[in-house]
Amino acid sequence: MRPFTFARANNTDEAVQSIQTSKRAKFIAGATNLLDLMKLEIEKPDHLVDISHLPLKTIEDTEEGGLRIGALVTNTDLAAHPRIRRDYEVLSRALLAGASGQLRNKATTGGNFLQRTRCPYFYDTNQACNKRDPGSGCGALQGFSRNLAVVGVSKSCIAQHPSDMAVAMRVLDAKLETIDSEGKRRVMGVEELYTLPGDTPHIETILKPNELITSVLLPKPVGGKHIYQKVRDRASYAFALISIAAIIQPDGTGRIAMGGIAPQPWRKNEADALLTKGAKAVVDKLMENAQPTEQNKFKINLAERTLEAVIRESRG
Amino acid sequence: MRFFKNINQSRRTFLLTSATASALFSFVKIAKATSMKAPKTHVMNTSEVAMTVNGQKQNLTLDTRTTLLDALREHLHLTGTKKGCDHGQCGACTVLVNGRRVNSCLSLALQHQGDEIQTIEGLGTPDNMHPMQTAFVKHDGYQCGYCTPGQICSAVATLKEIDEGIPSHVTPDLNGKPQLTNMELRERMSGNICRCGAYSNIAEAITEVAGGKS
Repeated sequence: MRPFTFARANNTDEAVQSIQTSKRAKFIAGATNLLDLMKLEIEKPDHLVDISHLPLKTIEDTEEGGLRIGALVTNTDLAAHPRIRRDYEVLSRALLAGASGQLRNKATTGGNFLQRTRCPYFYDTNQACNKRDPGSGCGALQGFSRNLAVVGVSKSCIAQHPSDMAVAMRVLDAKLETIDSEGKRRVMGVEELYTLPGDTPHIETILKPNELITSVLLPKPVGGKHIYQKVRDRASYAFALISIAAIIQPDGTGRIAMGGIAPQPWRKNEADALLTKGAKAVVDKLMENAQPTEQNKFKINLAERTLEAVIRESRG
Repeated sequence: MRFFKNINQSRRTFLLTSATASALFSFVKIAKATSMKAPKTHVMNTSEVAMTVNGQKQNLTLDTRTTLLDALREHLHLTGTKKGCDHGQCGACTVLVNGRRVNSCLSLALQHQGDEIQTIEGLGTPDNMHPMQTAFVKHDGYQCGYCTPGQICSAVATLKEIDEGIPSHVTPDLNGKPQLTNMELRERMSGNICRCGAYSNIAEAITEVAGGKS
Protein backbone atom coordinates (compact mmCIF):
# COMPACT_ATOMS: atom_id res chain seq x y z
CA MET A 1 0.00 0.00 0.00
CA ARG A 2 1.25 3.51 -0.81
CA PRO A 3 1.75 5.88 2.14
CA PHE A 4 -0.91 8.45 2.84
CA THR A 5 -1.74 11.08 5.42
CA PHE A 6 -4.91 10.64 7.44
CA ALA A 7 -7.41 13.14 8.82
CA ARG A 8 -10.44 12.36 10.93
CA ALA A 9 -13.32 14.71 10.10
CA ASN A 10 -15.77 15.59 12.88
CA ASN A 11 -18.31 17.32 10.65
CA THR A 12 -19.16 17.74 6.99
CA ASP A 13 -17.39 21.11 6.74
CA GLU A 14 -14.13 19.65 8.02
CA ALA A 15 -14.47 16.77 5.57
CA VAL A 16 -14.93 18.90 2.45
CA GLN A 17 -12.10 21.23 3.54
CA SER A 18 -9.67 18.40 4.29
CA ILE A 19 -10.34 16.79 0.91
CA GLN A 20 -8.65 19.82 -0.68
CA THR A 21 -5.32 18.86 0.93
CA SER A 22 -4.36 17.08 -2.27
CA LYS A 23 -5.70 16.33 -5.74
CA ARG A 24 -5.35 12.64 -4.95
CA ALA A 25 -7.22 12.84 -1.64
CA LYS A 26 -10.18 10.53 -1.06
CA PHE A 27 -12.97 10.16 1.45
CA ILE A 28 -13.02 6.87 3.34
CA ALA A 29 -16.09 5.53 5.16
CA GLY A 30 -16.82 1.76 5.36
CA ALA A 31 -13.49 1.11 3.61
CA THR A 32 -14.64 -2.30 2.33
CA ASN A 33 -13.86 -1.49 -1.31
CA LEU A 34 -11.37 1.39 -1.17
CA LEU A 35 -8.97 -0.28 1.28
CA ASP A 36 -9.06 -3.49 -0.76
CA LEU A 37 -8.09 -1.53 -3.89
CA MET A 38 -5.42 0.41 -1.99
CA LYS A 39 -3.75 -2.85 -0.93
CA LEU A 40 -3.55 -3.80 -4.62
CA GLU A 41 -2.29 -0.29 -5.47
CA ILE A 42 -5.19 0.16 -7.87
CA GLU A 43 -6.32 3.12 -5.76
CA LYS A 44 -3.41 5.32 -4.68
CA PRO A 45 -4.70 8.22 -2.59
CA ASP A 46 -2.02 10.28 -0.81
CA HIS A 47 -4.48 11.68 1.75
CA LEU A 48 -7.53 10.06 3.32
CA VAL A 49 -10.35 11.94 4.97
CA ASP A 50 -12.10 9.63 7.43
CA ILE A 51 -15.79 10.49 7.25
CA SER A 52 -16.96 7.47 9.26
CA HIS A 53 -17.60 9.60 12.36
CA LEU A 54 -19.76 12.23 10.63
CA PRO A 55 -23.35 12.54 11.93
CA LEU A 56 -24.90 11.11 8.75
CA LYS A 57 -26.25 7.90 10.26
CA THR A 58 -29.96 8.55 10.63
CA ILE A 59 -33.03 7.68 8.55
CA GLU A 60 -35.71 10.36 8.73
CA ASP A 61 -39.18 10.85 7.28
CA THR A 62 -39.41 13.65 4.70
CA GLU A 63 -42.34 16.07 4.39
CA GLU A 64 -43.22 14.44 1.06
CA GLY A 65 -43.83 11.09 2.76
CA GLY A 66 -40.51 9.59 1.72
CA LEU A 67 -37.23 9.04 3.57
CA ARG A 68 -33.90 10.81 3.89
CA ILE A 69 -31.16 8.22 4.47
CA GLY A 70 -27.83 9.45 5.87
CA ALA A 71 -24.92 8.52 3.62
CA LEU A 72 -23.23 6.65 6.48
CA VAL A 73 -26.15 4.38 7.36
CA THR A 74 -24.71 0.87 7.03
CA ASN A 75 -26.17 -1.65 4.59
CA THR A 76 -27.30 -3.77 7.56
CA ASP A 77 -29.10 -0.90 9.29
CA LEU A 78 -30.73 0.23 6.04
CA ALA A 79 -31.97 -3.26 5.17
CA ALA A 80 -33.36 -3.76 8.69
CA HIS A 81 -35.08 -0.36 9.06
CA PRO A 82 -38.82 -0.91 9.67
CA ARG A 83 -39.98 1.57 7.02
CA ILE A 84 -37.56 0.23 4.39
CA ARG A 85 -38.80 -3.29 5.10
CA ARG A 86 -42.43 -2.22 4.93
CA ASP A 87 -42.55 0.40 2.15
CA TYR A 88 -39.38 -0.19 0.09
CA GLU A 89 -39.00 -3.95 0.31
CA VAL A 90 -37.07 -4.12 -2.97
CA LEU A 91 -34.28 -2.10 -1.31
CA SER A 92 -34.08 -4.39 1.74
CA ARG A 93 -34.03 -7.42 -0.52
CA ALA A 94 -31.30 -5.99 -2.77
CA LEU A 95 -29.09 -5.08 0.21
CA LEU A 96 -29.53 -8.51 1.80
CA ALA A 97 -28.64 -10.21 -1.49
CA GLY A 98 -25.27 -8.41 -1.52
CA ALA A 99 -21.93 -9.26 0.11
CA SER A 100 -21.71 -10.96 3.54
CA GLY A 101 -22.97 -10.10 7.03
CA GLN A 102 -19.54 -8.73 7.98
CA LEU A 103 -19.34 -6.48 4.90
CA ARG A 104 -22.92 -5.21 5.24
CA ASN A 105 -22.11 -4.15 8.80
CA LYS A 106 -19.42 -1.78 7.51
CA ALA A 107 -20.44 -0.83 3.97
CA THR A 108 -22.32 2.47 3.82
CA THR A 109 -25.19 3.77 1.70
CA GLY A 110 -23.08 6.47 0.02
CA GLY A 111 -20.09 4.19 -0.52
CA ASN A 112 -22.18 1.41 -2.02
CA PHE A 113 -23.07 3.68 -4.97
CA LEU A 114 -19.37 4.34 -5.57
CA GLN A 115 -17.92 0.83 -5.39
CA ARG A 116 -15.71 0.00 -8.33
CA THR A 117 -16.25 -2.78 -10.86
CA ARG A 118 -15.29 -6.38 -10.10
CA CYS A 119 -13.94 -6.91 -13.63
CA PRO A 120 -10.94 -9.27 -13.19
CA TYR A 121 -8.88 -7.19 -15.62
CA PHE A 122 -9.39 -4.11 -13.46
CA TYR A 123 -8.20 -6.06 -10.40
CA ASP A 124 -5.17 -7.70 -12.04
CA THR A 125 -2.52 -4.99 -12.34
CA ASN A 126 -0.59 -7.12 -14.87
CA GLN A 127 -3.44 -6.82 -17.36
CA ALA A 128 -4.40 -4.00 -19.70
CA CYS A 129 -7.32 -1.96 -18.34
CA ASN A 130 -8.50 1.42 -19.59
CA LYS A 131 -10.38 2.04 -16.36
CA ARG A 132 -7.34 1.49 -14.11
CA ASP A 133 -4.72 2.76 -16.55
CA PRO A 134 -6.32 4.94 -19.25
CA GLY A 135 -5.01 4.18 -22.72
CA SER A 136 -3.55 0.77 -21.83
CA GLY A 137 -6.29 -1.17 -23.63
CA CYS A 138 -8.94 -3.65 -22.47
CA GLY A 139 -7.93 -7.21 -21.70
CA ALA A 140 -11.53 -8.25 -21.14
CA LEU A 141 -12.77 -7.74 -24.72
CA GLN A 142 -10.87 -10.83 -25.93
CA GLY A 143 -10.59 -12.43 -22.50
CA PHE A 144 -12.73 -13.93 -19.77
CA SER A 145 -15.84 -11.81 -19.99
CA ARG A 146 -18.54 -14.14 -18.67
CA ASN A 147 -19.45 -11.85 -15.76
CA LEU A 148 -19.10 -8.55 -17.60
CA ALA A 149 -21.50 -6.05 -19.11
CA VAL A 150 -23.41 -6.51 -22.36
CA VAL A 151 -25.08 -3.14 -22.81
CA GLY A 152 -23.97 0.47 -22.32
CA VAL A 153 -20.41 -0.74 -23.01
CA SER A 154 -17.80 0.71 -25.35
CA LYS A 155 -14.73 -0.45 -27.28
CA SER A 156 -12.69 0.77 -24.29
CA CYS A 157 -14.49 -1.00 -21.48
CA ILE A 158 -17.08 -3.70 -20.78
CA ALA A 159 -16.88 -3.55 -16.97
CA GLN A 160 -20.12 -4.06 -15.05
CA HIS A 161 -21.33 -2.12 -12.02
CA PRO A 162 -21.34 -4.54 -9.08
CA SER A 163 -23.87 -2.96 -6.71
CA ASP A 164 -27.18 -4.61 -5.80
CA MET A 165 -28.32 -1.64 -3.71
CA ALA A 166 -27.92 0.84 -6.57
CA VAL A 167 -30.22 -1.25 -8.80
CA ALA A 168 -33.01 -1.02 -6.23
CA MET A 169 -32.29 2.69 -5.68
CA ARG A 170 -32.64 3.22 -9.44
CA VAL A 171 -36.03 1.51 -9.58
CA LEU A 172 -37.16 3.58 -6.57
CA ASP A 173 -36.18 6.87 -8.29
CA ALA A 174 -33.80 7.69 -5.41
CA LYS A 175 -31.87 10.94 -5.42
CA LEU A 176 -28.49 11.77 -3.90
CA GLU A 177 -27.73 14.95 -1.97
CA THR A 178 -24.16 16.24 -2.05
CA ILE A 179 -22.02 19.09 -0.75
CA ASP A 180 -18.67 20.29 -2.13
CA SER A 181 -15.70 22.25 -0.76
CA GLU A 182 -17.29 25.57 -1.77
CA GLY A 183 -20.35 24.66 0.26
CA LYS A 184 -22.46 24.16 -2.87
CA ARG A 185 -25.19 21.55 -2.49
CA ARG A 186 -26.89 19.67 -5.29
CA VAL A 187 -29.38 16.87 -5.77
CA MET A 188 -29.06 14.27 -8.52
CA GLY A 189 -30.99 11.18 -9.53
CA VAL A 190 -29.20 7.82 -9.63
CA GLU A 191 -29.59 7.96 -13.42
CA GLU A 192 -27.67 11.25 -13.44
CA LEU A 193 -24.93 10.07 -11.07
CA TYR A 194 -23.32 7.53 -13.39
CA THR A 195 -21.62 8.21 -16.71
CA LEU A 196 -21.21 5.65 -19.51
CA PRO A 197 -17.64 4.49 -20.21
CA GLY A 198 -17.28 5.77 -23.81
CA ASP A 199 -13.56 6.36 -24.26
CA THR A 200 -13.11 7.57 -20.66
CA PRO A 201 -14.02 4.51 -18.56
CA HIS A 202 -11.89 5.80 -15.66
CA ILE A 203 -14.58 8.47 -15.14
CA GLU A 204 -17.59 6.74 -13.57
CA THR A 205 -19.75 9.46 -12.01
CA ILE A 206 -20.44 13.18 -12.34
CA LEU A 207 -19.21 13.77 -8.76
CA LYS A 208 -16.33 16.21 -8.40
CA PRO A 209 -13.32 15.05 -6.35
CA ASN A 210 -14.26 17.52 -3.59
CA GLU A 211 -17.92 16.52 -3.52
CA LEU A 212 -19.37 14.40 -0.72
CA ILE A 213 -22.61 12.41 -0.77
CA THR A 214 -24.45 13.40 2.42
CA SER A 215 -27.78 11.60 2.04
CA VAL A 216 -30.10 9.68 -0.24
CA LEU A 217 -33.73 10.66 -0.74
CA LEU A 218 -36.48 8.15 -1.38
CA PRO A 219 -39.75 9.51 -2.77
CA LYS A 220 -42.97 8.48 -1.09
CA PRO A 221 -43.78 4.78 -1.50
CA VAL A 222 -45.50 3.71 -4.72
CA GLY A 223 -47.00 0.46 -3.40
CA GLY A 224 -47.03 -2.55 -5.69
CA LYS A 225 -45.24 -5.85 -5.36
CA HIS A 226 -41.51 -5.43 -4.68
CA ILE A 227 -39.16 -8.11 -5.98
CA TYR A 228 -35.36 -8.36 -6.16
CA GLN A 229 -34.28 -11.40 -8.11
CA LYS A 230 -30.54 -12.10 -8.25
CA VAL A 231 -29.02 -14.85 -10.38
CA ARG A 232 -25.48 -15.81 -9.44
CA ASP A 233 -23.00 -18.69 -9.62
CA ARG A 234 -23.50 -19.69 -5.98
CA ALA A 235 -26.39 -19.22 -3.60
CA SER A 236 -24.76 -16.62 -1.35
CA TYR A 237 -21.89 -14.14 -1.24
CA ALA A 238 -21.39 -13.74 -4.99
CA PHE A 239 -21.87 -10.92 -7.47
CA ALA A 240 -24.82 -10.99 -9.85
CA LEU A 241 -24.77 -12.45 -13.34
CA ILE A 242 -28.18 -10.79 -13.68
CA SER A 243 -30.29 -9.04 -11.11
CA ILE A 244 -33.72 -7.48 -11.45
CA ALA A 245 -35.30 -4.93 -9.15
CA ALA A 246 -39.00 -4.74 -9.88
CA ILE A 247 -42.05 -2.92 -8.58
CA ILE A 248 -45.15 -4.33 -10.24
CA GLN A 249 -48.68 -3.02 -9.66
CA PRO A 250 -51.80 -5.22 -9.55
CA ASP A 251 -52.71 -4.18 -13.13
CA GLY A 252 -49.34 -5.48 -14.42
CA THR A 253 -47.77 -2.07 -15.02
CA GLY A 254 -44.65 -1.11 -13.13
CA ARG A 255 -40.94 -0.50 -13.40
CA ILE A 256 -37.82 -2.58 -13.55
CA ALA A 257 -34.07 -1.98 -13.31
CA MET A 258 -31.39 -4.55 -14.08
CA GLY A 259 -27.99 -5.16 -12.54
CA GLY A 260 -25.00 -7.18 -13.72
CA ILE A 261 -25.50 -6.28 -17.38
CA ALA A 262 -24.24 -2.70 -17.68
CA PRO A 263 -21.73 -0.17 -16.30
CA GLN A 264 -24.56 1.26 -14.19
CA PRO A 265 -27.99 0.14 -12.94
CA TRP A 266 -29.92 -0.28 -16.19
CA ARG A 267 -33.43 1.09 -16.59
CA LYS A 268 -35.38 2.65 -19.46
CA ASN A 269 -38.78 4.34 -19.21
CA GLU A 270 -39.69 2.93 -22.65
CA ALA A 271 -38.98 -0.57 -21.32
CA ASP A 272 -41.09 0.01 -18.19
CA ALA A 273 -43.98 0.98 -20.48
CA LEU A 274 -43.83 -2.45 -22.15
CA LEU A 275 -44.20 -4.47 -18.94
CA THR A 276 -47.77 -5.53 -19.68
CA LYS A 277 -46.59 -6.91 -23.05
CA GLY A 278 -44.34 -9.47 -21.34
CA ALA A 279 -40.68 -10.13 -20.61
CA LYS A 280 -39.45 -10.35 -24.20
CA ALA A 281 -40.70 -6.90 -25.16
CA VAL A 282 -39.12 -5.35 -22.07
CA VAL A 283 -35.77 -7.10 -22.46
CA ASP A 284 -35.61 -6.31 -26.20
CA LYS A 285 -35.95 -2.63 -25.31
CA LEU A 286 -33.45 -2.77 -22.44
CA MET A 287 -30.92 -4.63 -24.57
CA GLU A 288 -31.13 -2.29 -27.59
CA ASN A 289 -27.64 -1.80 -29.05
CA ALA A 290 -26.23 -4.50 -26.75
CA GLN A 291 -22.69 -5.56 -27.63
CA PRO A 292 -22.19 -8.86 -25.84
CA THR A 293 -19.08 -11.00 -26.17
CA GLU A 294 -19.17 -14.67 -27.12
CA GLN A 295 -18.81 -15.50 -23.41
CA ASN A 296 -21.51 -13.25 -21.98
CA LYS A 297 -24.22 -13.25 -24.65
CA PHE A 298 -26.08 -15.80 -22.49
CA LYS A 299 -27.02 -12.87 -20.25
CA ILE A 300 -29.55 -11.65 -22.82
CA ASN A 301 -31.50 -14.93 -22.65
CA LEU A 302 -30.99 -15.11 -18.91
CA ALA A 303 -32.40 -11.59 -18.50
CA GLU A 304 -35.58 -12.55 -20.33
CA ARG A 305 -36.05 -15.77 -18.35
CA THR A 306 -35.37 -14.03 -15.06
CA LEU A 307 -37.88 -11.31 -15.89
CA GLU A 308 -40.44 -14.00 -16.82
CA ALA A 309 -39.96 -15.46 -13.36
CA VAL A 310 -40.27 -12.04 -11.72
CA ILE A 311 -43.52 -11.24 -13.56
CA ARG A 312 -44.92 -14.65 -12.62
CA GLU A 313 -43.96 -14.09 -8.97
CA SER A 314 -45.64 -10.67 -8.99
CA ARG A 315 -48.95 -12.31 -9.90
CA GLY A 316 -48.66 -15.01 -7.24
CA MET B 1 15.78 -18.72 2.93
CA ARG B 2 19.46 -19.73 2.58
CA PHE B 3 20.30 -16.05 2.52
CA PHE B 4 18.79 -15.56 5.97
CA LYS B 5 20.71 -18.53 7.38
CA ASN B 6 24.04 -17.41 5.95
CA ILE B 7 23.97 -14.01 7.44
CA ASN B 8 22.67 -15.48 10.70
CA GLN B 9 19.86 -13.09 11.43
CA SER B 10 16.21 -13.62 12.05
CA ARG B 11 13.63 -12.90 9.39
CA ARG B 12 12.19 -10.17 11.57
CA THR B 13 15.57 -8.45 11.96
CA PHE B 14 16.07 -8.70 8.24
CA LEU B 15 12.70 -7.13 7.55
CA LEU B 16 13.36 -4.34 10.01
CA THR B 17 16.80 -3.70 8.52
CA SER B 18 15.49 -3.66 4.99
CA ALA B 19 12.64 -1.39 6.01
CA THR B 20 15.15 1.04 7.49
CA ALA B 21 17.28 0.77 4.37
CA SER B 22 14.37 1.48 2.09
CA ALA B 23 13.28 4.36 4.30
CA LEU B 24 16.76 5.85 3.98
CA PHE B 25 16.71 5.28 0.25
CA SER B 26 13.37 7.06 0.05
CA PHE B 27 14.81 9.92 2.05
CA VAL B 28 17.62 10.33 -0.47
CA LYS B 29 15.07 10.35 -3.26
CA ILE B 30 13.08 13.04 -1.47
CA ALA B 31 16.17 15.12 -0.84
CA LYS B 32 16.96 14.99 -4.54
CA ALA B 33 13.46 15.96 -5.47
CA THR B 34 13.02 18.83 -3.02
CA SER B 35 14.23 21.39 -5.52
CA MET B 36 11.22 20.50 -7.69
CA LYS B 37 8.35 19.27 -5.56
CA ALA B 38 8.74 16.95 -2.60
CA PRO B 39 6.39 14.00 -3.03
CA LYS B 40 4.81 13.47 0.34
CA THR B 41 4.19 9.85 -0.56
CA HIS B 42 7.71 8.72 0.38
CA VAL B 43 7.33 9.67 4.02
CA MET B 44 5.98 7.18 6.53
CA ASN B 45 2.99 8.81 8.17
CA THR B 46 1.95 7.92 11.67
CA SER B 47 -1.10 8.84 13.66
CA GLU B 48 -2.65 8.08 17.03
CA VAL B 49 -5.78 6.16 17.88
CA ALA B 50 -7.46 5.15 21.14
CA MET B 51 -9.75 2.12 21.29
CA THR B 52 -10.89 -0.46 23.80
CA VAL B 53 -9.84 -4.02 23.01
CA ASN B 54 -11.34 -6.84 25.07
CA GLY B 55 -12.17 -4.37 27.81
CA GLN B 56 -8.73 -2.75 27.97
CA LYS B 57 -8.04 0.81 26.81
CA GLN B 58 -5.33 0.94 24.18
CA ASN B 59 -3.51 4.01 22.86
CA LEU B 60 -1.61 3.25 19.70
CA THR B 61 0.64 5.24 17.39
CA LEU B 62 0.44 3.56 14.01
CA ASP B 63 1.56 3.85 10.41
CA THR B 64 -1.60 5.23 8.80
CA ARG B 65 -1.77 2.12 6.57
CA THR B 66 -2.23 -0.29 9.50
CA THR B 67 -5.41 -2.33 9.27
CA LEU B 68 -7.39 -3.18 12.39
CA LEU B 69 -6.26 -6.78 11.83
CA ASP B 70 -2.56 -5.86 11.82
CA ALA B 71 -3.01 -3.58 14.83
CA LEU B 72 -4.51 -6.50 16.77
CA ARG B 73 -1.96 -9.08 15.67
CA GLU B 74 1.28 -7.16 15.28
CA HIS B 75 0.90 -4.36 17.81
CA LEU B 76 -1.30 -5.86 20.54
CA HIS B 77 -0.07 -9.44 19.90
CA LEU B 78 -3.61 -10.79 19.89
CA THR B 79 -2.82 -13.46 17.32
CA GLY B 80 -6.08 -15.37 17.77
CA THR B 81 -7.58 -13.29 14.96
CA LYS B 82 -6.26 -14.76 11.72
CA LYS B 83 -5.17 -13.29 8.41
CA GLY B 84 -6.57 -15.43 5.61
CA CYS B 85 -7.06 -13.64 2.31
CA ASP B 86 -6.54 -10.08 3.62
CA HIS B 87 -9.21 -8.93 1.12
CA GLY B 88 -12.52 -9.49 2.91
CA GLN B 89 -13.33 -12.72 1.11
CA CYS B 90 -12.69 -15.45 3.71
CA GLY B 91 -13.85 -14.12 7.10
CA ALA B 92 -10.87 -15.50 9.10
CA CYS B 93 -10.24 -12.00 10.46
CA THR B 94 -13.78 -11.48 11.80
CA VAL B 95 -13.95 -9.52 15.07
CA LEU B 96 -16.73 -7.64 16.85
CA VAL B 97 -16.73 -3.84 16.68
CA ASN B 98 -19.27 -2.26 19.03
CA GLY B 99 -21.01 -5.65 19.07
CA ARG B 100 -21.20 -6.05 15.27
CA ARG B 101 -19.04 -8.46 13.28
CA VAL B 102 -16.71 -6.97 10.67
CA ASN B 103 -13.74 -8.06 8.55
CA SER B 104 -10.82 -6.52 10.46
CA CYS B 105 -8.61 -6.77 7.35
CA LEU B 106 -10.85 -4.29 5.50
CA SER B 107 -10.75 -1.62 8.13
CA LEU B 108 -8.10 0.96 8.94
CA ALA B 109 -7.13 0.87 12.62
CA LEU B 110 -7.21 4.67 12.70
CA GLN B 111 -10.91 4.63 11.84
CA HIS B 112 -11.69 2.92 15.15
CA GLN B 113 -11.18 5.89 17.47
CA GLY B 114 -13.36 5.28 20.52
CA ASP B 115 -14.60 1.88 19.34
CA GLU B 116 -14.97 -1.25 21.45
CA ILE B 117 -13.32 -4.22 19.82
CA GLN B 118 -13.83 -7.80 20.92
CA THR B 119 -11.63 -10.60 19.59
CA ILE B 120 -11.66 -14.35 20.16
CA GLU B 121 -9.37 -13.77 23.18
CA GLY B 122 -12.07 -11.54 24.67
CA LEU B 123 -14.85 -14.10 24.21
CA GLY B 124 -13.31 -16.78 26.39
CA THR B 125 -10.12 -18.46 27.60
CA PRO B 126 -9.13 -22.15 27.60
CA ASP B 127 -10.15 -22.27 31.29
CA ASN B 128 -13.32 -20.29 30.88
CA MET B 129 -14.67 -20.85 27.40
CA HIS B 130 -17.54 -19.00 25.77
CA PRO B 131 -20.50 -21.35 25.15
CA MET B 132 -19.84 -21.03 21.40
CA GLN B 133 -16.24 -22.18 21.89
CA THR B 134 -17.42 -25.14 24.00
CA ALA B 135 -19.95 -26.08 21.32
CA PHE B 136 -17.35 -25.92 18.53
CA VAL B 137 -15.14 -28.32 20.54
CA LYS B 138 -18.04 -30.64 21.31
CA HIS B 139 -19.26 -30.81 17.70
CA ASP B 140 -15.82 -30.86 16.09
CA GLY B 141 -16.58 -27.62 14.27
CA TYR B 142 -13.12 -27.45 12.67
CA GLN B 143 -10.26 -29.45 11.30
CA CYS B 144 -7.15 -27.30 10.86
CA GLY B 145 -8.61 -24.57 13.06
CA TYR B 146 -7.36 -21.58 11.07
CA CYS B 147 -10.80 -20.18 10.22
CA THR B 148 -12.21 -21.07 13.65
CA PRO B 149 -11.69 -17.80 15.59
CA GLY B 150 -13.43 -15.95 12.74
CA GLN B 151 -16.19 -18.57 12.58
CA ILE B 152 -16.82 -18.30 16.34
CA CYS B 153 -16.87 -14.49 16.39
CA SER B 154 -19.17 -14.52 13.37
CA ALA B 155 -21.44 -17.15 14.94
CA VAL B 156 -21.80 -15.18 18.19
CA ALA B 157 -22.74 -12.07 16.20
CA THR B 158 -25.09 -14.04 13.93
CA LEU B 159 -27.20 -15.18 16.88
CA LYS B 160 -27.34 -11.61 18.13
CA GLU B 161 -28.45 -10.39 14.68
CA ILE B 162 -31.25 -12.96 14.57
CA ASP B 163 -32.23 -12.00 18.11
CA GLU B 164 -32.37 -8.31 17.12
CA GLY B 165 -34.67 -9.21 14.22
CA ILE B 166 -32.24 -8.30 11.44
CA PRO B 167 -33.49 -10.12 8.32
CA SER B 168 -31.35 -12.07 5.84
CA HIS B 169 -31.57 -12.96 2.15
CA VAL B 170 -33.48 -16.16 2.98
CA THR B 171 -35.91 -14.68 5.54
CA PRO B 172 -39.33 -15.36 3.97
CA ASP B 173 -41.20 -12.45 5.56
CA LEU B 174 -39.20 -9.24 5.99
CA ASN B 175 -41.68 -7.92 8.53
CA GLY B 176 -41.76 -11.07 10.66
CA LYS B 177 -39.20 -12.24 13.19
CA PRO B 178 -36.40 -14.25 11.55
CA GLN B 179 -36.32 -17.88 12.67
CA LEU B 180 -33.21 -19.84 13.47
CA THR B 181 -33.28 -22.42 10.69
CA ASN B 182 -30.41 -24.26 9.05
CA MET B 183 -30.93 -22.19 5.88
CA GLU B 184 -30.74 -18.95 7.89
CA LEU B 185 -27.48 -20.07 9.53
CA ARG B 186 -25.92 -21.08 6.22
CA GLU B 187 -26.88 -17.80 4.56
CA ARG B 188 -25.73 -15.67 7.48
CA MET B 189 -22.43 -17.53 7.87
CA SER B 190 -21.58 -17.39 4.13
CA GLY B 191 -18.89 -14.77 4.75
CA ASN B 192 -16.81 -17.32 6.65
CA ILE B 193 -15.08 -19.85 4.44
CA CYS B 194 -13.79 -23.18 5.86
CA ARG B 195 -11.54 -24.90 3.35
CA CYS B 196 -11.56 -28.10 5.44
CA GLY B 197 -15.32 -28.18 4.95
CA ALA B 198 -16.43 -28.45 8.58
CA TYR B 199 -19.63 -26.57 7.76
CA SER B 200 -22.20 -29.12 8.94
CA ASN B 201 -20.50 -29.43 12.34
CA ILE B 202 -20.22 -25.65 12.59
CA ALA B 203 -23.96 -25.37 11.93
CA GLU B 204 -24.65 -27.98 14.64
CA ALA B 205 -22.48 -26.11 17.16
CA ILE B 206 -24.26 -22.82 16.48
CA THR B 207 -27.67 -24.47 16.62
CA GLU B 208 -26.90 -25.97 20.02
CA VAL B 209 -25.86 -22.62 21.46
CA ALA B 210 -29.02 -21.05 20.08
CA GLY B 211 -30.98 -23.61 22.06
CA GLY B 212 -32.40 -25.39 19.06
CA LYS B 213 -32.06 -28.98 17.95
CA SER B 214 -29.63 -29.74 15.15
